[in-house]
Amino acid sequence: MSKQAKKPKKELTIEQKINRRNFISFASFTVLAGGAYGGWRWLYKSPEEVAGGITGGTRKPLRKALNKTELFFRRVFSDNHLVKTYPKEMAVKGARVNSDIGLEAKKKFDPATWKLQVIKKGGEVLQVSLQEIMALPKTEIVYDFKCVEGWDEIQHWAGVKFIDFIKHFKLDEYTKMEYVGMETPDKAYYVGLDMPSAIHPQTLLAYEMSGKPLQLQHGAPLRLIIPVKYGIKNLKRIGTITFSNTRPRDYWAEEGYDYYSGL
Amino acid sequence: MKTIKEKHSLAMRWCHWVNFPILTIMIWSGMLIYWGNDTYTFSLFGHTVFRFFPDWFYSALKIPAHLAEGMAFHFLFMWFFTLNGVLYVLYTILSGEWRELVPKRNSFKEAWLVLLHDLHIRKMAPPQKKYNAAQRIAYTAIIIMGIGSVVTGLAIYKPVQFYYLTWLCGGYHFARIIHFILTLGYVFFFVIHIVQVILAGWKNFSSVISGFEVVNEPAKPAIQHTNDEQAS
Repeated sequence: MSKQAKKPKKELTIEQKINRRNFISFASFTVLAGGAYGGWRWLYKSPEEVAGGITGGTRKPLRKALNKTELFFRRVFSDNHLVKTYPKEMAVKGARVNSDIGLEAKKKFDPATWKLQVIKKGGEVLQVSLQEIMALPKTEIVYDFKCVEGWDEIQHWAGVKFIDFIKHFKLDEYTKMEYVGMETPDKAYYVGLDMPSAIHPQTLLAYEMSGKPLQLQHGAPLRLIIPVKYGIKNLKRIGTITFSNTRPRDYWAEEGYDYYSGL
Repeated sequence: MKTIKEKHSLAMRWCHWVNFPILTIMIWSGMLIYWGNDTYTFSLFGHTVFRFFPDWFYSALKIPAHLAEGMAFHFLFMWFFTLNGVLYVLYTILSGEWRELVPKRNSFKEAWLVLLHDLHIRKMAPPQKKYNAAQRIAYTAIIIMGIGSVVTGLAIYKPVQFYYLTWLCGGYHFARIIHFILTLGYVFFFVIHIVQVILAGWKNFSSVISGFEVVNEPAKPAIQHTNDEQAS
């Protein structure tokens, strides 16, 4: 530094100080606001996930965020966290029917010849009749069923705990896998469940509603009741059950909803 | 003589301006979610006065049938909303700025005088430091509301894992109602806030960006002692 080139620094006048600070702060504000707007435009205009994947229907960065958020909230998941239960009298008489995907009335389906198919390793299929399932210990639950749309309803269900079913049919080794997939017999509706949620003590394969045998529109002969998930995961009319270490396909995750959808 | 009077810290300005777009996105995405089960109405003597929300409102903001999109945005920006709020509260506590912000014992009485003054009913406003009594109440309330939104939000987002929060909020239904009413509260706050900012003028607004205000102090005789400090 040559001392001759630089004049001694003059104290800024108050007016200069004001102008200077105003310039710096307003310029930074404008740049940051522009950056924020640009960031928002980028996110809002970002492309959707490629079609045909396990998840779809939402912007790529948002899907990434949903998946990261899932990882965070999985850490607080516990078998000891139970859904609140109610006395039977508080349950509705007829539960709300919100959807018939996979069980449309015009489709041919005979509950009498139905058998649950559990796909085992090597393609071996375990076939289980409703009588065999009903012979297992029965568990009842009266809880607040919650729909992703925002409504909820206290409903009364009964069936066999999924974990009891697993143990009875000696499928224990499959619980070491990460996911359970369930599909309707016509494969039109399908859900993927993380294993901890599937074997949660309140997850049922249900065959009774409000103390009576399940009706077709509610998912007869056997449906899933999984209180730790939104209604979209509570598959009606289970046809097949599979196990995997990758996410099984999931109807609403393909439509932009969170894959986890846990409560 | 003009002097620079420091008014708002950088941290406060940062949190304020970051919160504004985030809260806007949270309210918008929240409406996309609420649409999925839009059962709330405002009733008086058994008559529905207002339905949340009227059709013209929905179509003007293109709200219908974007539930999944709303959830995806809501559950991303909730992190930023919470983080920004936590930073602000921590900063306010650690810096001691909470002293300027939290209502004092006489603030609730004084806030009436401020209100009467603002409505041009009373001539004199009570003396104040950085914020007047009404501001102290409003700016503290909005923080409590923010905490309320996060807690009720978690209570309806994970009602099984955070069952104790859901219980604390009076159940799933009540938590959703509080969550909704708090949002109406933000909109109400916003309207009043904007009106007040416009009335307070450019100098006041500018200070929330620059951090300082320019005040004109009468030039003091050089020899006079300022014994303010000793007196207090």
